[in-house]
Amino acid sequence: MSKSAAKCWRNDAYAKVTGRAKFTDDLKFANVLHAVPVYSEFVHARIVSIDTAAAEQATGVVRVLTARDVPGVNRFGQIIRDYRIFADDKIRYYGDVVAVVVAETREIAIHAAQLVEVNAEALPAVLDPEAAMLPDAPLVHENHGSNIVNTHVVRRGNVEEGFKQADFVIEEDFQTQTIEHAYMETEAAVCVPRSTDGVLEVYGSMQHPFSTRRFVAVCLGVALSEVEVIGTPMGGGFGGKDDTAAVVCARTALAAKLLGRPVKMVYRRDWSMRESYKRHPYRVHYRMGVTKAGAITAVQCRIVADGGAYCSVTPWVTWRSTVQCCGPYVVANVHCDTFGVYTNNVVAGAMRGFGSPQMNFVIEQMVEIAAERVGISGIEFRRRNMVRQGSVTITGQKLDGHKVAMEQALDTVLSEISYEEKLARCAHGQGDDDELYGIGIAMSYRGVSLGAEGVDFCAAIINAQADGSILLEVGVHENGQGAESAMALICAEELGVNLNRIRYRRSSTSNIPDSGTTVASRGTIMGGGAVALAARELKSKIAEAFCAKLGCAPEEVRFKVDGICGKTDGERIGFADAMRQMWQMQRFPFALGTFKAPRVSWDEHTGQGDAYFTWVYGCQAVELTVNRKTGKVKLLHAVAAHDVGRAVNPEMVRGQIYGGMAMSAGYGLHEEVKAHGGKMTTLNLNTYRIPRSMDLPEMKVILIENPDPVSPTGAKSIGEPANEILAPAIANAISNATGRRHFALPIRLGALPEPTMCGEGCK
Amino acid sequence: MQMKLQVNGREIDVPAAALDKRIVEFLREDLDLTGAKNACDIGACGACTVLVNEEPNRICIKRVKDFGGQRILTIEGLVAPDGTLHPLQQAFVDCGAIQCGYCTPGMVLTAHALLLKNPRPTREQIRHAIFKNLCRCTGYQQIIDAIEQAAPHYPARAPA
Repeated sequence: MSKSAAKCWRNDAYAKVTGRAKFTDDLKFANVLHAVPVYSEFVHARIVSIDTAAAEQATGVVRVLTARDVPGVNRFGQIIRDYRIFADDKIRYYGDVVAVVVAETREIAIHAAQLVEVNAEALPAVLDPEAAMLPDAPLVHENHGSNIVNTHVVRRGNVEEGFKQADFVIEEDFQTQTIEHAYMETEAAVCVPRSTDGVLEVYGSMQHPFSTRRFVAVCLGVALSEVEVIGTPMGGGFGGKDDTAAVVCARTALAAKLLGRPVKMVYRRDWSMRESYKRHPYRVHYRMGVTKAGAITAVQCRIVADGGAYCSVTPWVTWRSTVQCCGPYVVANVHCDTFGVYTNNVVAGAMRGFGSPQMNFVIEQMVEIAAERVGISGIEFRRRNMVRQGSVTITGQKLDGHKVAMEQALDTVLSEISYEEKLARCAHGQGDDDELYGIGIAMSYRGVSLGAEGVDFCAAIINAQADGSILLEVGVHENGQGAESAMALICAEELGVNLNRIRYRRSSTSNIPDSGTTVASRGTIMGGGAVALAARELKSKIAEAFCAKLGCAPEEVRFKVDGICGKTDGERIGFADAMRQMWQMQRFPFALGTFKAPRVSWDEHTGQGDAYFTWVYGCQAVELTVNRKTGKVKLLHAVAAHDVGRAVNPEMVRGQIYGGMAMSAGYGLHEEVKAHGGKMTTLNLNTYRIPRSMDLPEMKVILIENPDPVSPTGAKSIGEPANEILAPAIANAISNATGRRHFALPIRLGALPEPTMCGEGCK
Repeated sequence: MQMKLQVNGREIDVPAAALDKRIVEFLREDLDLTGAKNACDIGACGACTVLVNEEPNRICIKRVKDFGGQRILTIEGLVAPDGTLHPLQQAFVDCGAIQCGYCTPGMVLTAHALLLKNPRPTREQIRHAIFKNLCRCTGYQQIIDAIEQAAPHYPARAPA
């Protein structure tokens, strides 16, 4: 199938739509054992003993594992090694696992898990992040010395001077909630000890096979080569299948290694929700100085992120919040202090957006509030302050080298939704109608990939066969987003061959080099970059082999229409024929491509530097009504425009945006992980409410394509940009509908007051 | 006591020992029909949906014995024997309605039941029909597009 023939192409669509795709729980192995986790009823406690005797004696139970059984290291983490595979010294949150029961059936294991007795001395729990920062707060990790995991700053210009220049200072407090990824497939792992060489094969639902391999190897005390993580279809991740998914794999692998049998561990929804890390709840104090002319002169903000019981990636999440703390606006004077904090709440870690959804909820309301004070429209205020070509960000990075498409994205949405005209119709809490109409908008820019967070490079292997078929493997993971398909499309296009030649090889950590984690919206730009570079290397090998035959120089060989040709199309060799001939010439049509992210920089003391090697720009708007009597919000219509660099698989790009908007609508209106005294009460999808079809509006997506010069394919990012601005757009629309602003997520509206002659919100 | 069950057009003799099993487990484990997923165990998400006498049914909360003599259609039964996709499945593929794929089997079957009953639904009726099937990836937009696109392949019902 050629690319143009398909509106949308996915290599896994047939398997998924017929139910033939085998996810982890669908895999069957002979002689398999089943493992289940054991939790305690404590939130913070010092462990005295864990009594497993009764569970171990139950019929069908093979073994009960605790921290004692870990032959390697029980503590891991990508930044701070504080996350326990099994709770050892203390229980630090309600989702801490104290043991794993392994039995002949899952039912037996579940039953026996209730027989494990945890004897522990309860400790005072610290559940409020601000309280956790006080000097006398109980410590979650005594050896860390305080509950502050990390701090970040931005110091730019002079904020005191900046506020002096301001005619108005706007000061507000915002709060965001804990939310759950709610991937449809829970954490799952099967580990099989390979009889031939003892290597542990791991099949599981995770978005980072390489960090999973690292955690498994460290836990078992074996070399990385002794563990092989094999790609398995994954039922959603959204950033949530990194740490927890890896721990689930490590516990399963431990059982398989100790017992010499395949072991399966599939999480029940309540275990998944109780234990898995969540999106950080934030508290943000924000001051913004503006002039009568509508220029932002200064921003001062204090951000406190509740990281829960373990570090996970809190320093990286809060770093992005810090870098992007002023949104896509140029501010000369900025003073930002950010704190990541330990508490005894559920662990917070990576989730799609990664520290930006919280900040955009703040910033995109602050600019509207500021515009109102100045007496200009929010759109005009944005135009006066937004980043443009050559602008310098709050961290001192000059935005050049790519198209700064902020205004393009804004204008695209304004025109598509007829924003200005509809803004005039907003109710502001007035009028006779019980359904109050409002429209709202929000926009953002976002640093692409990991930035100065860490090591950022990726590998791709193209291995053409003697019959002209092609095996492709890339170090990014198929999370369900269509990564493999995007990689295959890029490969086919670069090589000028038919798409049906390409078979995406089932990924294995024993084959492709460790290319990092498939997060940070880096799959297409990093993986696709590696594919393009591999394809270019392969083409130079092929050109060298055939240039004499084609009567041209190697650089004159052209790759098109499923073959190669010289200066004219007349001298053409079909791709399959060429590959057969290369075999005879004893030349391998094999290439490894490596794409390294361009240089970034960061000074932790000043919060200045070139934080990301490129940026994306997006804007979303939404129309809604609020029922005056019930406070019920009905979303009517939403529009998004995003600069993606280049859309490799356009229908899948749209899919990312629709899905991101849906998730952001849930963030804005419905979703909240609730706990009582640190014990989570939203443990399944009946009480944790993700958006359903009836909750969502018709959505319209417009793709903006400004190919990025630093991306080998021109493509950039979309997974996270799509998910970071609908909630603030909803907040702005609700304000325009009701005349009332909401500073906490999710937005909860009760009955609204009856209209007055000139009430609140009346202009 | 034995029981018969029709699954994807095949008569199945259910052994007595399996009668108390949850039917989702019976399908997945005993018949290896793993298209129906077990994602919440409480009937809240719709990933386990199969059709029972052409009606969507959340089978994670039900026992095998509740289905004696009934006709069950799972996602594996929708595709033609030669592997050709049903027009509804093809529409899901063509419209980009599939991302992670975990909700897909239940979603396709729920849509199939709708189109058998109401082959010319409005988009609002489609939204209503798939209300109980959760999807975290797509925002439902392309799923609704796909169902709308497949509708003409279902025979219009004669007016009553």
